[in-house]
Amino acid sequence: MLSKSEVQKIANLARIEITDEEAEKYSKELSDILGFVEKLNEADTVGIEPIAHITGARNVTREDRIIDYSEETKNGIINNFPEKKDRFDKVKTVF
Amino acid sequence: MIRDLHNKLVNQDITSEQLTSDYFSNIEKRDPEIKAYLSLNKEFALDKARAVDKKIKNGEEIDLLAGIPCSIKDVICTEGITTTAGSKVLGDYNPPYDATVISRLKANDAVILGKTNQDEFAMGSSTENSAYQTTKNPIDLERVPGGSSGGSAAAVAADMCVYSIGSDTGGSIRQPASFCGIVGFKPTYGAVSRYGLIAMASSFDQIGPLAKSVGDAAIIFSRITEKDRRDSTSMPLVDKRYENLLSGEVKKIKIGVPKEYFEGKGLDERVRKLIEEAMEKYEKLGAEIVDVSLPSGEYALATYYVIMPSEVSSNLARFDGIRFGQSIEKESDGKDLLLKDIYFKSRAKYLGKEVKRRIMLGTYALSAGYYDQYYLKAQKVRALIKKEFEEVFKKVDLILGPTAPTPAFKIGEKTENPLQMYLSDIYTVTANIVGLPAISIPCGTIEEDGKNLPVGVQLAGKWFDEETLLNAAYAFETN
Repeated sequence: MLSKSEVQKIANLARIEITDEEAEKYSKELSDILGFVEKLNEADTVGIEPIAHITGARNVTREDRIIDYSEETKNGIINNFPEKKDRFDKVKTVF
Repeated sequence: MIRDLHNKLVNQDITSEQLTSDYFSNIEKRDPEIKAYLSLNKEFALDKARAVDKKIKNGEEIDLLAGIPCSIKDVICTEGITTTAGSKVLGDYNPPYDATVISRLKANDAVILGKTNQDEFAMGSSTENSAYQTTKNPIDLERVPGGSSGGSAAAVAADMCVYSIGSDTGGSIRQPASFCGIVGFKPTYGAVSRYGLIAMASSFDQIGPLAKSVGDAAIIFSRITEKDRRDSTSMPLVDKRYENLLSGEVKKIKIGVPKEYFEGKGLDERVRKLIEEAMEKYEKLGAEIVDVSLPSGEYALATYYVIMPSEVSSNLARFDGIRFGQSIEKESDGKDLLLKDIYFKSRAKYLGKEVKRRIMLGTYALSAGYYDQYYLKAQKVRALIKKEFEEVFKKVDLILGPTAPTPAFKIGEKTENPLQMYLSDIYTVTANIVGLPAISIPCGTIEEDGKNLPVGVQLAGKWFDEETLLNAAYAFETN
């Protein structure tokens, strides 16, 4: 069973603010699901390599170069900034 | 259905403008109670329709999809048209680009009527997790349409579009298709570019069609499959027009039926009966039914519910209130907030319950000390499951089973119990875990509360052998 403080720790890692009430609810729900996935421990995976890519694709590389997009596309990206100054994305201070 | 409409358009029995207007009229009539659409693009759609009519008048050759009205699940980016993914966090998001699948449809002159409702970020099996509205099942308005592509399935079933493009991460195309009595097709992982599909779990996500018939699904699939340089997991396919390869001949085809599919206690007896009838039908058509075993299948759902949330926790980190989407920043004027407060508060306010639950679950599974126990173990079990499928596919061409353990359930029936909701994906997730192509086709109905609730039978094929799969589905549908 996940404790409320463990839930708060996970929420902190996930950058989601949760209330004490929510922590209690998540503690039950997440524990239920974790209990369900415990089933995996019954599977014998000795000598089995974890899967990397399901259809067997290998590393795909491309040339590292700038692809220029239209003004319209650029403006579309900028218009989606929640806050902006000129054509810059404006953010709060880190400290 | 697409071919008939195409012939009528080309013979000038109808115009695309008229056809499109008729669909909008039907939407106006039926959607207030079904609530399949999140947004409509009337002007844009009618402009496209008129352009197609002009081409026809000028004697130009048009594609089968040209002038045919369709809808798009709201998790797929459409340039200049709000794309919410069913989430408040993208409430005002206008993508600056089209998903590759949208570019393909536009290049074929498809008429896009609007965007359809879904569970938030495609997380759910009933469309009840949409941050906007609950879509009703057109066959019984008290029931869910399934999910997460519930809006798409309901829109197709209620004739509010000819077909729809959805996405399937654990059954999100096939399960709603089963609940609404239509065809839902998830191609092989990598067969359709995911560029512009708002990512949920990247190693499972696949785009595919929801349609009235297998023939329609084949037409649509042939036009959206491609190797895309913008999606490095997309795979080259042989350029085929699958609609021309449907012979309906299944003699000598071997269809495996895993005995484990019928051992679970969750399978509705009436569904089981319909699936057995489907097997008999295939035998009558000359196919051979073979008993097979997939013992590791019992770990499928647990595998899914470790890997999927892990990928979710990583993919949804981008919704941080900084570059796009709703942000607490807008209401933070005068408040003394730091950058990290914007993250914590924006995510708390604008992400839904199920989304947060999965992000937290994935964060836990990937956190220090638990990675080996959960994520790594699940990836090993995933390899084990794939190995079993490879073995079975040495003996058979296709695998048959139910799409969902029950017909559509009632609205609200499972919302309080996430685990119970997850169990409705039990027959569909394996195709995503191993990347196989799979299709749900209607195979009968179950009478309940005076309504005939549809049931789907599911066929899964070998990797990239869409031809055998679609052909067998076509044989079932046309006989």
